[in-house]
Amino acid sequence: MDALSRRAFLAAAVAGAGAAIQDTVRGGRVYDPDRAGRAQAPITAADNDAHIQAIEKKLRCTCGCGLDIYTCRTTDFSCTYSPALHKEVLRLAGQGQTAQQVIDAFVAQYGQAALMAPPRRGFNLLGYYLPRALIVIAGAVLVFLLYRWTRESQTPAPASAPPLDATPEELERLRQELAKLDG
Amino acid sequence: MALLGTLSLWVAFLVGLWGAITGFVGGAQGRADLQQSARHATFALFAALLVAVISLEIGIFRHDFSLEYVAAYTSRNLPTFYLWSALYAGQKGSLLFWASVLSFFAMLVQVMTSGRHRVYLPYVAAVTCTVATFFITVMLFAANPFQRMPFVPMDGSGMNPQLQNPGMVFHPPMLYLGYISITIPFAFAISALLTKRLDSDWLVAIRKWTLVSWLFLSIGLLIGMWWAYVELGWGGYWAWDPVENAALLPWLVMTAFLHSVMIQEKRGMLKKWNLALILGAWLLSIFGTFLTRSGVIASVHSFTESPVGYFFAWFLLLAAAASIALYVTRLPLLEAEATLESMVSREASFLFNNLLFIGIAFSVLWGTLFPILSEAFKGTKVTVGPPFFNQVNVPLGLGLLALTGIGPLIAWRRASIPNLKRQFAVPLTSGVFVLLILLVAGIRDVGALMAVSIGGFVLATVIQEFARGARARHRQYGEPTVLALFQLLARNRRRYGGYIVHVAIVLLFVAFAGMSFKTETEATLRPGESAELMGRDGHLYTFTHLGISQYNTLNRYVTAALIEVKRDGKPIGRVRTEKRQHVDALGNKTFEPSTAVGIMSGLRVDLYIVLAGLVNGTEQAVFRFTINPLVWWVWFGGFVLVIGGLIVLWPGGGPPPGTGPRQPRSQAGYAVKLEAVR
Repeated sequence: MDALSRRAFLAAAVAGAGAAIQDTVRGGRVYDPDRAGRAQAPITAADNDAHIQAIEKKLRCTCGCGLDIYTCRTTDFSCTYSPALHKEVLRLAGQGQTAQQVIDAFVAQYGQAALMAPPRRGFNLLGYYLPRALIVIAGAVLVFLLYRWTRESQTPAPASAPPLDATPEELERLRQELAKLDG
Repeated sequence: MALLGTLSLWVAFLVGLWGAITGFVGGAQGRADLQQSARHATFALFAALLVAVISLEIGIFRHDFSLEYVAAYTSRNLPTFYLWSALYAGQKGSLLFWASVLSFFAMLVQVMTSGRHRVYLPYVAAVTCTVATFFITVMLFAANPFQRMPFVPMDGSGMNPQLQNPGMVFHPPMLYLGYISITIPFAFAISALLTKRLDSDWLVAIRKWTLVSWLFLSIGLLIGMWWAYVELGWGGYWAWDPVENAALLPWLVMTAFLHSVMIQEKRGMLKKWNLALILGAWLLSIFGTFLTRSGVIASVHSFTESPVGYFFAWFLLLAAAASIALYVTRLPLLEAEATLESMVSREASFLFNNLLFIGIAFSVLWGTLFPILSEAFKGTKVTVGPPFFNQVNVPLGLGLLALTGIGPLIAWRRASIPNLKRQFAVPLTSGVFVLLILLVAGIRDVGALMAVSIGGFVLATVIQEFARGARARHRQYGEPTVLALFQLLARNRRRYGGYIVHVAIVLLFVAFAGMSFKTETEATLRPGESAELMGRDGHLYTFTHLGISQYNTLNRYVTAALIEVKRDGKPIGRVRTEKRQHVDALGNKTFEPSTAVGIMSGLRVDLYIVLAGLVNGTEQAVFRFTINPLVWWVWFGGFVLVIGGLIVLWPGGGPPPGTGPRQPRSQAGYAVKLEAVR
């Protein structure tokens, strides 16, 4: 190691020691905070409030992620929308508004798209009930068809039907084979 | 490489066009020379697309940033493992991957199809070449992976950090393989319609292909769920995202088909329905591709908005119109050969099973498209999120789970009352017993109660089926129980492999129900400080923040937090959760910092820890702690499902080669013995 690099090494060591002292003074500052993403505010009791979380789980984040506000703010830490929306929920709830009033306030401001599921009224009823109605109708049709098919199969063969081209032994074997399938 | 790649795409385009024309004309006119030419076209198509794939891979591995695709999705310091997956990390590359795999399947089906079914092959070649040519057209005119940059950058933009996960290396190809392989059954269906050979023979030809497709779709969905869980950091594995839904739709329809096809094979019924399911599954796979690539619906998974959406929309419309028109003209030829004999029969239970599968598929499709419809018809933007899908689909899913148990207990053709009593006694008792245990344990969540107790019922049906079969073999052949069980499985893989899949479905449903009991909290901790969280498993978990470390590795700067975990005061391990700042080879930041979740996985609960960020650049950090019950069982259930699927798929163990559909066979595996008992 030449003299220059030795000096550089010592300088770096002194600087490192200084940084360590500084860290202690600052309470554990990390080497490069920028690498750790956006700085976070300390969690408050309101952030963990089940009532607030329940409201936020019904409201959509406006950043375009498709997630609810709670999930977005606790998942996408680069999102700047969900923390702001969270503060808005806290502010409204802090004013003594009920959960429904907070939700209504969001709908008034952002439209129905603010909700994670559309309200059950008007055109949206089609969204909720069409699949169920179709399944019920299809089920009823299926039961009707099954009834008709089974009745058809139980109708005795017409007298003019040609006799079966099989011996009684063959018919017995057939019966046994079909019985196997039933097992 | 760009020139060679583009050239090979043009060759593939022309060859595909030729294969489509000669296949259709050769099939229609019965000309052997044209039919042979179509067959050869599939080989040439695969060769040309393989050259294109190799060209792009060489460009990726050589860091040829003169190619826009390579510059957009890779960087010099991207780990080699992910250079492979860069082929399908972007829209253009994935189109090439899709077309190439399709051409491989098109070639494989020409080589592997046995003599009896070769009559379908000219049209199969024509259809596969048509679909492949469509994908090549999209590449050549809207999304060329060999497009050059106006200048050559020093380094590429790199791959999205969320794609730099092993799950993302395997998830897309598995899903694509599932999507793409549906084209083969679809091609056989079209061929059967065109040739008017609409008996059950074509179903024999596609039996393995439908299973392959279903299996790949299943694996793709499961890996996708795992990726979402470990990578996205929201603590779940399914969010009813439009692209997730798009992948689920063909899986639901294929699963319905795998059940209903048994009725056609055994009884010659449901010909129209089975054809419709195959056509529908393929159209839904193209629809899913359209959703993913058009940008018509916002999704965390989708590619950015691009003109390829128009290509897919038109292709979908034309393909749907042509398929439906052909189907309708052949309806008179699709009459059933038998009628249903009883409402209480396995056939009837399969029909209700199909009703629920298609009902769920429709409600998922409806929920996915409803925001577009609402905006189009009412001008109102709405969000259809998990609450909507859960409300509609959970009851249907539970009904389906119940049918999973009911179906195998009911005899084919007609079930007698004594038969029903004998079959249902043990499983129903088991289900009720499970329900009582849960109620005594204090569980009151209705969904969870129903899922687990119905699961108990289904599990008991499967155990009963295996036990009766093994006992019958033991009596008849004197086989020890273990050997009898093995022989049972080996001699009738389709039936007993299917039962193993049913066990997997039970495991999955029970695990899904477990998520109703997740608990979570957020906390700000300085090194040495702890947060506590009570799990629904009755244990108190303590999370102690040990400190933050920062270091460089591979292509990223890492900020890692180490957490010590205690259960009821006893240390059980340490978990590391990270923030990752990805950089290019020059040290420039390439994406927003991403989060690497810390997970301690166990049979009862997963401890899921997320580092949200630091407070004022200090070691004081914000964490989210989640206790997710039974997640391990989702992955285990998925593993069992794949094993069951492989058993069903494994060659042999079914009817002898060359036998037609509906040939008598020892479907029950122990039917001979049952007769002897009588």
